[in-house]
Amino acid sequence: MSLANTAYNIFFKRNSVFVGTVFAGAFAFGVAFDIGVTKFYDSWNRGKQWKDIRHKYVQEE
Amino acid sequence: MLSRLSAGAFKKAASAGPSRSSTLFFGARSASVRFASTKASAESFVASRTALVAASAVAVGSIAWYTQLYGSLPFLSEVHASHLSDEGLHPVAYPWSHKGVLDTFDHASIRRGYQVYREVCAACHSLDRIAWRNLVGVSHTADEARAMAEEVEYTDGPNDQGEMFQRPGKLADYLPGPYPNEEAARASNGGAMPPDLSLIIKARHGGADYLFSLLTGYIDPPAGVEIREGMNYNPYFPGGAISMPRVLFDGLVEYDDGTPATTSQMAKDVTTFLSWAAEPEHDERKKYGIKAVIIFSTLFVISVYVKRFKWGPIKNRKLFYNPPSSTTKTH
Repeated sequence: MSLANTAYNIFFKRNSVFVGTVFAGAFAFGVAFDIGVTKFYDSWNRGKQWKDIRHKYVQEE
Repeated sequence: MLSRLSAGAFKKAASAGPSRSSTLFFGARSASVRFASTKASAESFVASRTALVAASAVAVGSIAWYTQLYGSLPFLSEVHASHLSDEGLHPVAYPWSHKGVLDTFDHASIRRGYQVYREVCAACHSLDRIAWRNLVGVSHTADEARAMAEEVEYTDGPNDQGEMFQRPGKLADYLPGPYPNEEAARASNGGAMPPDLSLIIKARHGGADYLFSLLTGYIDPPAGVEIREGMNYNPYFPGGAISMPRVLFDGLVEYDDGTPATTSQMAKDVTTFLSWAAEPEHDERKKYGIKAVIIFSTLFVISVYVKRFKWGPIKNRKLFYNPPSSTTKTH
């Protein structure tokens, strides 16, 4: 109960904080979701994408 | 047709000719009982000989009209002197490295396929919709693509004097075609136009499977099949006679990554390259597909939960009806 009260007092009490939490949460979720999917996608397609074979052809100065 | 005629028509036909079964059906009833309706229908216009002749004339006339308009009898299939080979042999479904819903292109294969295109196919086929810059980050580094572009001279201009001039290619230039126009392409290939390969995977039934089968499917024409001078036989090509000869032979190109350049390897690589050329967005598209499926299935599950949550009390409530007692007076 105290946890719910704390959450209420921190995130929900003031509408400005609530809206800010929603926006920040959406941003954080978007980034994390993208990273997660990309990680899975790259491991599924390991060795096939350009970033996997790029080192063979690129010449660093 | 027959069902539209009334019973009276049958009756009339039965009485006209000495039929065995119909007299058995109708004769027995009409002899004993006479319904009011049977008498009326027997004399109606629908049952008359004129109506029968008119209906037949309408049927014959409409069939004749249909045949005249569409050139064939209605409801009858026709036999055509065609053969399955006119459609081309259906290709086998090959296990492409990019076939699965989660699979990207094999970019090493795209790079090899570009080499095959450049050294073999580009002699006759253009690739209009691919620019040098499209290769960057897909099969070549920016430096490599720039170097390849600079080997080609492009016409640019006009300059200050209003004249066109030649300059080495840039990343933004599109791959040069082998012929300046379609007429030149036809003149050089016996009247046949080598199609542009940019979207050829999307433009042919069977796509990548068809292209691979076509490139590796050249055989001698079977007995009885005549191929004209300058044409070649390929069972996968609709009609069988194709102007393009077999071009891929073992060891035709030398891959820089050491892959043995067999006919099927080159065909597979160039098909992968052209699959990429037709769908450059392929890899990104599949990644967005994963994201979309996850997000939308989550939202769907949430919506189902919310629906059940909201409807639960409504569906589980009990309604009681208490009738007003008869002793109490209501006005």
